[in-house]
Amino acid sequence: MILVTVGSQLPFDRLIAPVAAWGRARGVKDIFFQHGGTTVNLTGFNHAAFIPPDEFGRLLDRATVVITHVGMGTILGCLERGKPILVLPRKASLGETRNEHQSASARSLEGRPGFVVAWNDRELPVLLDRLDSMQGGERISSDASPELLTAVRAFVHGTRLPRG
Amino acid sequence: MSATRPKVLAISSRGGHWTQLRRLRRAFSDCDVIWASTDAALAREVAPDSFVTVPDASRWDRIKLVWSILCVLWLVLRLRPHAIVSTGAAPGYFALRFGRLVGARTLWLDSFANAEELSLSGRKTSSFADVTLTQWAHLGEPLPESVKCEKDRAYYAGAVL
Repeated sequence: MILVTVGSQLPFDRLIAPVAAWGRARGVKDIFFQHGGTTVNLTGFNHAAFIPPDEFGRLLDRATVVITHVGMGTILGCLERGKPILVLPRKASLGETRNEHQSASARSLEGRPGFVVAWNDRELPVLLDRLDSMQGGERISSDASPELLTAVRAFVHGTRLPRG
Repeated sequence: MSATRPKVLAISSRGGHWTQLRRLRRAFSDCDVIWASTDAALAREVAPDSFVTVPDASRWDRIKLVWSILCVLWLVLRLRPHAIVSTGAAPGYFALRFGRLVGARTLWLDSFANAEELSLSGRKTSSFADVTLTQWAHLGEPLPESVKCEKDRAYYAGAVL
């Protein structure tokens, strides 16, 4: 199953529409769209405006690949499960988000195994045709980096950082 | 600080902020941690720890925002935590603000998503929080060993991944 998800803040039909069109053109029906409110006709596909967190976790477990905006919740959920991710960053210039932080995050994550960025609308269909060959990276742990855990632990206990 | 277990309030809105907050869980292993977020279904992810739901709010809906702020104020006054940790957004910001009323030490961890500049909340928080962390080395100074920070500055001590 391909999971397409755009988060809970705003719709993102610039992602939903081409994936639905691609699915129809290629006869790929096993796509679940979490669309946040859409004007795109999704007849023939499973879809929901929003998904509660526990159900979202189960969908992530089942997904073979995840197509998404650059939402950290979804991306961390995918990395923890070793799922391949294709992202299309939202653009503030198109009114899709408040600032260009999604492009910045995408740039910083690009190059990780199993993380592919469509930088524009033309790249997206090309990358969709390569979905079958996408591999997830190794599963990351569900913990923050040891350095950050050490810092937060020292902070909550009111102690110094351990030396070294 | 002392031999007693510190009481920690870990608070964020749902979604990516929460996913990042949850990844700090191991840092709270010797604490009494109370998690707070804007979706009751998230309680399961941190069970058997305590979990409190706070109403969602954004800057854009005045009435909901006021209600959310009051609920966060009540939560902080009721719990009187020793420390408050937040990854954002609005509920965490206000929890840190109110934390000062009860003498809590406060830490803001700016989202991994803010790779080019600190968020607006992060910049505001740095003026009063004890520690403001960015997850990007180029946006902050190394956290000093003392964990004593200057105001209006962001520090770096690793990331959630």
